[in-house]
Amino acid sequence: MPKASAGPEIERLIQLLARLPGLGPRSARRAALHLVKKREQLLGPLADATRAAAERIVTCSVCGNIDTSDPCAICSDQERDPRIIVVVEDVADLWALERAGVLNARYHVLGGVLSPLDGIGPDDLNITGLVGRAAEGGVEEIIIALNATVDGQTTAHYLTDSLRHLPVKITRLAHGVPVGGELDYLDEGTLGAALRSRTAF
Amino acid sequence: MEWSDEAIVLGVRRHGETGVLLELLTRDHGRHFGFLPGGRSRKTMPLIQPGNSLVVTWRARLDQHLGTLSVEATRLRSPGFINAPHALYGFAALAASLRFLPERDPHPALYDAVIHLCEALPDAESVGPLFVEFELRLLAELGFGLDLDSCAATGSREGLVYVSPRTGRAVSAQAGAPYREKLLTLPGFLVYDGLANRVAPQALAEAFALTGYFLWRWIYEPHDREPPPERARFVASITREDDPA
Repeated sequence: MPKASAGPEIERLIQLLARLPGLGPRSARRAALHLVKKREQLLGPLADATRAAAERIVTCSVCGNIDTSDPCAICSDQERDPRIIVVVEDVADLWALERAGVLNARYHVLGGVLSPLDGIGPDDLNITGLVGRAAEGGVEEIIIALNATVDGQTTAHYLTDSLRHLPVKITRLAHGVPVGGELDYLDEGTLGAALRSRTAF
Repeated sequence: MEWSDEAIVLGVRRHGETGVLLELLTRDHGRHFGFLPGGRSRKTMPLIQPGNSLVVTWRARLDQHLGTLSVEATRLRSPGFINAPHALYGFAALAASLRFLPERDPHPALYDAVIHLCEALPDAESVGPLFVEFELRLLAELGFGLDLDSCAATGSREGLVYVSPRTGRAVSAQAGAPYREKLLTLPGFLVYDGLANRVAPQALAEAFALTGYFLWRWIYEPHDREPPPERARFVASITREDDPA
């Protein structure tokens, strides 16, 4: 067994960093060394920020987003259009759509998609909350922004069935050629979906 | 250890940062798992969606290892499923029932039936009888085949209209009359008319009730599981009577 090259506190820091996505043991060691070298500018503030986040982060009781307040900043924002709800699988998808900055709507985070292989059924997702929000009134459109995968679209159809009885317009993201995509490199399925969803030019 | 085989994707699960765990039904190696490095890449993800056919090469140092896969797509069916809710529900129900097959136990006839069924899944008009045929075949492959050829009581091949819920054997109208409240309905197309003919929604619903009962009793209940809700949604979507208006 190799001898530890640093004290237990630093070794513990390296072990924890190595659990982060994108970091292996070697890159975690480099990150830890960088933090240790910049104790004042990075390590201290990072520790404070991490502790504060750990103490204050909550799941929004309205939409399922993660924030430091409940309701979250998006649900509390009076400038956002309350008539449109965008349904996403995960907080990462919410952040991606916010980065795009195209829609000033509110969100609903399902917390996953139906997946028989992982044993995730309708009861494991935040579907009841969505139906409740839609039934409260004031919602005119629900945009289902789930992945264009078999599991994602099975969930999308399940949601559509669950919301069918409500007077709400249900839409979904288009499927087709991504911006910057070259037709030659696209799979047949994407090309077929793009052709079926073609629009007047 | 190394082999190549044709396969259909039953499920995909994230594994690590960039890889996926693929659940496959292969023709000669049965239901098989394997790790696909880089499976979450933008290029690979569309190819390994459930329902797609692949040629896979599995490699491992020992047979009992999970093994690493390399894949080449041969038929992409998932885009056809995505716009048809009944196809998505149908495939989810199909995959859920195939998970009762023991791992690495080949069932080539069942594999062929699954491929045939998946080709027909987007067509709501014709897929029903094929799905019933698949469920009957699955029951048989798992050792619980129904005997629908002759009456369990009289041996007659005529007038078969019931199935015993206890034995899974056909019963004629005459022999079953005193017990008809307890017997399951046997739709005629399963015995006489053949599966190729167009089947009325009522007969199709009765056929699904029949296979559903035995799947529940002999397969799901002993494993303390419930049939997936997708099956009920699939059956409802393809047995819905056309709106006369």
